[in-house]
Amino acid sequence: MKRFVLAALLASAVPAIAADYTIIAPANPGGGWDQTARTMQAVLQEEGISDSVQVQNVPGAGGTIGLSQFASQNKGNPNALIVGGYVMVGAILTNHSPVSLADVTPIARLTGEYEAIVVPAASEIETIDQLVEKLKADPGSVSWAGGSAGGTDHIGAGLIAKAAGVDPTKINYIAYSGGGEALAAILGNQVTAGISSLGEFEAQVEAGSLRLLAVSSPERIEGVDAPTLIESGLDVNLQNWRMVAAGPDLTAEQKAAVTADIETLVKSEGWQKQLADKGWTDTYLSGDAFDAQLAEDTAATEAILKDIGLVK
Amino acid sequence: MGSIDFLMQGLAAASDPMLLLYALIGVTLGTAVGVLPGIGPALTVALLLPVTYRLDPAGSLIMFAGIYYGGMYGGSTTSILLNTPGESASIITALEGNKMARRGRGGPALATAAIGSFVAGLIATLLLAFLAPYVVQLALKMGPRENFALMVLAFVTVSAALGDSALRGLTSLFLGLALACIGIDQLTGQARLSFGVPELLDGVEVTTLAVAMFAIGEALAIAAKGPGPADEVTAVKGSVWMSRSDWARSWKPWLRGTFLGFPIGAMPAGGAEIGTFLSYATEKKLSKHPEEFGNGAIEGVAGPEAANNASAAGTLVPLLTLGLPTSATAAIMLAGFQQFGLQPGPLLFATNPTLVWSLIASLLIANFMLLVLNLPLIGLWVKLLTVPKPWLYAGILLFATLGTIGANPSVFELGMLLAFGVIGYLMRIFGYPIAPIVVGLILGPLAEQQLRRALSISQGDPMTLLQSPIAAVMLTIAALALIVPLVLRLRGRGEVLRQMGGDED
Repeated sequence: MKRFVLAALLASAVPAIAADYTIIAPANPGGGWDQTARTMQAVLQEEGISDSVQVQNVPGAGGTIGLSQFASQNKGNPNALIVGGYVMVGAILTNHSPVSLADVTPIARLTGEYEAIVVPAASEIETIDQLVEKLKADPGSVSWAGGSAGGTDHIGAGLIAKAAGVDPTKINYIAYSGGGEALAAILGNQVTAGISSLGEFEAQVEAGSLRLLAVSSPERIEGVDAPTLIESGLDVNLQNWRMVAAGPDLTAEQKAAVTADIETLVKSEGWQKQLADKGWTDTYLSGDAFDAQLAEDTAATEAILKDIGLVK
Repeated sequence: MGSIDFLMQGLAAASDPMLLLYALIGVTLGTAVGVLPGIGPALTVALLLPVTYRLDPAGSLIMFAGIYYGGMYGGSTTSILLNTPGESASIITALEGNKMARRGRGGPALATAAIGSFVAGLIATLLLAFLAPYVVQLALKMGPRENFALMVLAFVTVSAALGDSALRGLTSLFLGLALACIGIDQLTGQARLSFGVPELLDGVEVTTLAVAMFAIGEALAIAAKGPGPADEVTAVKGSVWMSRSDWARSWKPWLRGTFLGFPIGAMPAGGAEIGTFLSYATEKKLSKHPEEFGNGAIEGVAGPEAANNASAAGTLVPLLTLGLPTSATAAIMLAGFQQFGLQPGPLLFATNPTLVWSLIASLLIANFMLLVLNLPLIGLWVKLLTVPKPWLYAGILLFATLGTIGANPSVFELGMLLAFGVIGYLMRIFGYPIAPIVVGLILGPLAEQQLRRALSISQGDPMTLLQSPIAAVMLTIAALALIVPLVLRLRGRGEVLRQMGGDED
């Protein structure tokens, strides 16, 4: 028994030496980044792209702790990957992180989710226009429930206020530790409106306990019965995306090899099946196009965080 | 087809010998990883989830349920034997359980934890099966105001129940509250008291503080005593099993713990460990042997352990009915469901009853397997205490360090572990209770966030706290719990002075 316990401990606690890839999930087990990393792990192995993949959680501060540890320990290491996303872009700014995404080698954007604006089914607000009217009349009277402060949801609420001509510093944003906890507050009729990834609300919208007012995509989403913010006259196009990056200072060949592996992953049947199961949208983007998009998103995020007053 | 038919069908399907074997493997693996100090159920499940991927849905679910319960029980085992809680919900277990173990009653402590977990798991799983849709409606009524009132109630009852000296207990509690202020403020995203150290941005990890205070502080205290004459710690005194009086003293706390833990676990605001605090306070209040609390009272293990397991089943209520994961473990379970294309949510019970009921049947069977596996092992576990002290404490230090690194690989985290360990040692020397500091760290941020959310929603009107009937009732109970003893003391002034004199020493 003792030997068995020991073997089980060793097998689970000590990473194998011959790991083809080590993926850092800069968050606690269970969250979106952790799930992305563990899904990559499963598919990379199943599809034979890599023999052995380890996932390591380095949680903290919107992923910036994991990012700075990753950047300092993996210079020129083509076998280490880190998962990240849009939330990290904001966290780097609000936490004054010394390490940014420019200090690693971004490989590709993998998945993305658009934001949804909802109200409880019992709410008197029927359309996004009515919500905006209420916001214009008295910004404080609209309490928004969403994920962590400075995250995608908070940024979304700020962008809506700004687009409506309301001072973004006046928004009454109630931060919860995640879209799930915010959902409980919305369902319990504790707040005026909710803003988070569409996936967080979809089941409740179908069940009729939430009313979907608008989505943050550039065009209407197939199968979703709601207008975009843009067609409602609010110029907001916001996507909460997840990406994968490799260590700093890779040679061009190394970067190409990692990019090729990730492309094989994304194109595989196993990955597409996982995306369908989890309700994630494939927003694969790599190379120069991704670098340009990343730079654009970073600049836009910095601007709105300054407007909300989270970054000085 | 009614709920009972579905459940029977699920149980019949799950009692296939192959599936029982999977359940046994799951429970064994879960217990084996869960006993590592500092590794809680969430990490255990995350580490072992890939093991279940290769099985068919039925096998995978049942093994998963086994790992989940095994991980939880493994955590209590180390709390009791080694005083190293792996998660906030087993801190209270360590409090009385370890004292029992040190007095040679480790066997009954482990047994009451195992049987209490089983009883609570059984009742709570059945409650989950039949009442989930109603419970969740109630739970959603708990907004920020109501949650804040609940935290206040927990503060008042718990600080009264911990330690003998109010002054020392409060000092320790406020130290915990101060530590709780460190990190990014959740409502504004601004860093507080982090002094530019990035590792402090996420605040102080509860398990790091708990393991440091309990395990490292203890090891230092033992080491500081020097070799000296061998300590009187007897590994086993009397029977390894629970005596008749142990049973008599355990069964009510099991039931009370279950009914405290389940609804609190079902609340979407998180904080499942609050059930264990309230259960501990209740048992101390109701016990015929209050003097044993702090020295190894079996009620103090039985109640909180039952509350812990019941609240774990409670967290499945919002998960299955709303698709809301309210704890890290629940979030990983959600990932587990999704591998079968199963999306928990309001329509789950209607669209996919077979899978839901086989999950509930799996939980019942895994719960039972846990008892089968662990009761015979108790004899083996308590032998751990006969290991010579220097080895035992060296082992504790090693595992405490490994557990911390495993959960959060960072040099700074290790430094904090050691620094808090030294503080824990000093607090021991000067007679300050260590549990309140951990309780403060857990409850502080919860209470603060809920209060600020409530005030933010009401746009700064504090009367909102009293306008909700549920909140008003809870705040009144809390106020009474504070004022009544004060009034009683004022009536017998001499008594008070003597007691205050007693507090000073």
